[in-house]
Amino acid sequence: MSSTAAGWLQVALLVVALVAVHKPLGDWMARVFTTDAAPDPAPEGPKSRLLPRGHWRVERLVYRAVGVDADSEQRWPVYLRSVLAFSLVSVLFLYLLQRVQQWLPLDHEMAAVEPGSAWNTAVSFVTNTNWQGYSGESTMGHLVQMAGLAVQNFVSAGVGIAVAIALVRGFARSGTDRLGNFWVDLTRAITRVLLPLATVAAVVLVLGGVVQNLSSGTDANTLAGATQFLPGGPVASQEAIKELGTNGGGFYNANSAHPFEGPSAWISLFQVFLLLVIPFSLPRTFGRMVGDRRQGLAIVGVMAGLATASLALTSWAQARAGGAALQLAGAATEGQEVRFGGPLSALFGTATTLTSTGAVNSMHDSYTPTGGMLVLANMMLGEVAPGGVGSGLYGMLVLAVVAVFVAGLMVGRTPEYLGKKLGRREMTLASLYVLVTPVLVLTGTAIAVVTDTGLSSLLNSGSHGLSEVLYAFTSASNNNGSAFAGLSANTPFYNTALGLAMAFGRFLPIVLVVALAGRLAVQGKAPVTAGTLPTHQPLFVGLLGAVVLVVVGLTYFPALALGPLAEALA
Amino acid sequence: MTTALDRRPVSTPEPRPQQRAAIEWGPALAGAVRKLDPRGLVRQPVVFVVWVGSVFSTVLAITDPSVFGWLIAGWLWLTVLFANAAEAVAEGRGKAQADTLRKARQTTVAYLLDGAEVPAADLRPGMRVVVVAGQVIPGDGDVVEGIASVDESAITGESAPVIRESGGDRSAVTGGTTVLSDRIVVEITSKPGETFVDRMIALVEGASRQRTPNEIALNILLSSLTIVFLIVVITLQPLAVYSGAEQSLTTLIALVVCLIPTTIGALLSAIGIAGMDRLVQRNVLAMSGRAVEAAGDVNTLLLDKTGTITLGNRQASEFVAVGGCSDDEVADAAQLASLADETPEGRSIVVLAKERYGLRGRDLESAVFVPFTAQTRMSGVDLPDGRQLRKGAAGAVLAWVRAQDGPVPADVGDVVDGISAAGGTPLLLAVAHGGSARVLGVIHLKDVVKEGMAERFAELRRMGIRTVMITGDNERTARAIATEAGIDDVLAEATPEDKLALIQREQSGGRLVAMTGDGTNDAPALAQADVGVAMNTGTTAAKEAGNMVDLDSDPTKLIEIVEIGKQLLITRGSLTTFSIANDLAKYFAILPAMFAGVFPGLDALNVMRLSSPESAILSAVVFNALIIVALVPLALRGVRYRPASASAMLRRNLLLYGVGGVVLPFVGIKLIDLLVSLIPGIA
Repeated sequence: MSSTAAGWLQVALLVVALVAVHKPLGDWMARVFTTDAAPDPAPEGPKSRLLPRGHWRVERLVYRAVGVDADSEQRWPVYLRSVLAFSLVSVLFLYLLQRVQQWLPLDHEMAAVEPGSAWNTAVSFVTNTNWQGYSGESTMGHLVQMAGLAVQNFVSAGVGIAVAIALVRGFARSGTDRLGNFWVDLTRAITRVLLPLATVAAVVLVLGGVVQNLSSGTDANTLAGATQFLPGGPVASQEAIKELGTNGGGFYNANSAHPFEGPSAWISLFQVFLLLVIPFSLPRTFGRMVGDRRQGLAIVGVMAGLATASLALTSWAQARAGGAALQLAGAATEGQEVRFGGPLSALFGTATTLTSTGAVNSMHDSYTPTGGMLVLANMMLGEVAPGGVGSGLYGMLVLAVVAVFVAGLMVGRTPEYLGKKLGRREMTLASLYVLVTPVLVLTGTAIAVVTDTGLSSLLNSGSHGLSEVLYAFTSASNNNGSAFAGLSANTPFYNTALGLAMAFGRFLPIVLVVALAGRLAVQGKAPVTAGTLPTHQPLFVGLLGAVVLVVVGLTYFPALALGPLAEALA
Repeated sequence: MTTALDRRPVSTPEPRPQQRAAIEWGPALAGAVRKLDPRGLVRQPVVFVVWVGSVFSTVLAITDPSVFGWLIAGWLWLTVLFANAAEAVAEGRGKAQADTLRKARQTTVAYLLDGAEVPAADLRPGMRVVVVAGQVIPGDGDVVEGIASVDESAITGESAPVIRESGGDRSAVTGGTTVLSDRIVVEITSKPGETFVDRMIALVEGASRQRTPNEIALNILLSSLTIVFLIVVITLQPLAVYSGAEQSLTTLIALVVCLIPTTIGALLSAIGIAGMDRLVQRNVLAMSGRAVEAAGDVNTLLLDKTGTITLGNRQASEFVAVGGCSDDEVADAAQLASLADETPEGRSIVVLAKERYGLRGRDLESAVFVPFTAQTRMSGVDLPDGRQLRKGAAGAVLAWVRAQDGPVPADVGDVVDGISAAGGTPLLLAVAHGGSARVLGVIHLKDVVKEGMAERFAELRRMGIRTVMITGDNERTARAIATEAGIDDVLAEATPEDKLALIQREQSGGRLVAMTGDGTNDAPALAQADVGVAMNTGTTAAKEAGNMVDLDSDPTKLIEIVEIGKQLLITRGSLTTFSIANDLAKYFAILPAMFAGVFPGLDALNVMRLSSPESAILSAVVFNALIIVALVPLALRGVRYRPASASAMLRRNLLLYGVGGVVLPFVGIKLIDLLVSLIPGIA
């Protein structure tokens, strides 16, 4: 079978799997976040009572340990404070853990992590970015990996889901100042969604050959007579949540291209599935919770449309590289695993950059200039197609607010989305949201390319060098975490700057989103009439997709022109 | 000015002639120069940024003179001027009307009850003044004694005098109007400087214009876009320096101005002023811009039956023959019986006979007209040939026939019941001749729905607006008329309390309600409605309670008000879309101009094949300035509005202003480039 045909089959298989899973998973999540603690009636659906209603016993333990009243709901400032406080504590804990790992068990003789790197890594994992300025197997002991990084893989994804659910409740509810309880949402996201899924996924990964042990590694004698160190570790368990939670922080430096993390093509494809499954299911949850599944379908339609277009373009750009001879040999093969091949590499690269995951099974730096520009542009979309776990949904909903505002005016009404009027306050919050990442990306890049400290990390000059810096700041600000190699980012400058970009890129939008949710929940709901802008039809899907592209295009066109575009057209 | 609104079949007063004048650019430009004061411009962030850019580029042109530098600086100033001119033009349109109103205000003397003269400026609410024929009423108030005909043309533009009398719903008078006959005593209700005319002047001049909620929200979005583009360009320079393609400050300023949404930013306030102005042209005064926006959002229209949906009086709609008479016989008799009847119903019978049966008026010199009395409940005529024709209420006419031992055809009962069931009023027609009487037929009188209203309500339904008819009729009659007119719902036997309750019920479901009213007992409902249009003939209380006043007192206008509100929002949205869509072409013009020198490959982006980097940048700036001027008429007139479903409207406007906004600047910039490249030092 030719590599192209295999590529088509892989995509088809992936689509079928996602379509099959998004319904039950989306419905399940809607149930998880609407039962008991929340006053919304549980959406109709399978009447199975396999699982107990109300709080689970393990959840009660958590609430008691944290000391929260799980049955009371929070107003938006309290919800927001809970998100921020939890994240701050997480950063501090993770930082400390790295700094003292040499005194703790399972350190495997790793030294304390440098302060700059420790800060960067702490922020990186708490913000769901998983930018890794370090090399995993030679820096982090198993305890940090398991009790620090893997835990953050779960909770940072949980935070994203919680914030998205809070925004959805803003749309779904009316006349209330309560958004739900952050601690309940976070806990349930982990106990009822992430942990069960990750467990199943880890088993599959182990079956597929991903390593899972607590060994500090083995020295092996190779056939050629050399000695090779084979690092072991709890890889599969971490790998599962790395993809499911759109985290992307690899156990090994080579990430999913490493044979112990991504042993085969089908495991690689399974990983793509894992990282797409929750972001593509959340719109269904959204539709369910606002009581109109078509709304969720429209959102997922925009996400899928953008993702498909991006994948098609990237695959095309990669496949046509280098003239006839090279194309016969598989076109752009530099930086790729021959085990996966071109199409699967393009698929993985597209999926990982579109979901704020940042895991890689090939090196984006080695893509063709156009291919590299596309994975870069994927992140510039703001991680909304389908985006990170939770963050993709809330990002897309905020863009939908902007799209509805302009389009709503064009139908002659003060704009409303899902019955909520978009007035001065709502637009202030949405506008600021749109502003955050471009400011971070562009100012970060601008500072880096004119300062000596910034330039000293560049291994390439010219357009490609610019692309590497642009990629780094885009990746950090959008909480993706993947990197164009070729930039030595483990320097005080980049650790600090990218750390700040990650923190602001994660929490400023969250502040705005939770505030927006609060504003929306207080409002009543305007009835739908023939004069209301329909937000579930193909026309709106196209419009929203166009708005996403226009916002991104207009913002990043000049920077892209000087970076990958100049390289591609050279 | 030809908008869809002008071509309505429903009678609406023509916009005032002086309002339809062409745009006067001369005074507008003078106004534009005055508006260059940056303190005023801060309110419009987009224009303010262009102003700052103009100042900078001028300084640069002075310190480092070049043809390019001066041209860019010049066109940036023109951009600011054009933006200011757009606002000045819109404001100028209200000025003429304000001047007319000011003349009306120049009443200086008022006469108190005791004959004392006081300056009109000293009148306080509660004081009573006497106004006699020929005098101008010194202030707003209610007539508390007497009746007079009043010329209100100073305010309404309508020359026919109106009657104002004490008590009831026609007691309100407006300061500045003239008493034509008789003597009235007016109790003043407004403070000096806060009279109706004062408010009108402030409104039409735009002096009291406050930015509306939606305008503020849009301004926030535009400001945020402006900030994004500022950041894009500010950070572009370091990237350019890194790439070895450092740009001149003039070029960067030009890029910023081209990217920020100058088109909509420049036209935004003109659109708002023009929206109010369009209402003024239709003789509607909105007390706030908020009300105009709310009009676009209305979900439910409460319409009074009489005068809005139906003509004022019942009219004959058909003659039904009974007992074997022929239709022509009935028509002939009906006409004869009504020729001398001057009531509207009587006239309508004559009209129907003429239109349907070709019967002309006849000379009835020696006939004796029998007028309607409360006792007989019939009217008719005694002809010279001895025939006696009578028409009237079924019971009365039947009694008259029976009294003369006349037969009553069996089908009379069915016909009469049928007409009643359909909401109409049956008039029985009978003849007595030579001692025998018989019933000829039945005249069907009914409420006549105004021409074109059914189509209008169908349009409203497509726009997602529900119509509710308010009437004092009983439920059955009301339903029948509602069905004929295509009204969605009725509120029959309505009391003011019912109206208020209905509005509150609609609003509790999140709907916005619009209504008209004139009586004092309408005031609570007018105040409760989101859009409350008070009739100018109405009471002061009604006018105070509503947020709009219709000077023509035409309740049908509510529909136009809704359309004007929608048109205002559509204009904003369409021009915003257009403005942002323009940016694509500008990037394709400016980016290759900036960087193709260092990266020759980027010349591939120069799809317009512009002649030189300087001419490319200049052409984009010129296009950006000229498009503002080109769109001023559209901003003032409003984009064309056709009632349609939201999807249809969105599709149309997206195509026109979104896709059009992408394509047009490619053409425009190319054309300008062809001209600009002729300038020495640019090509």
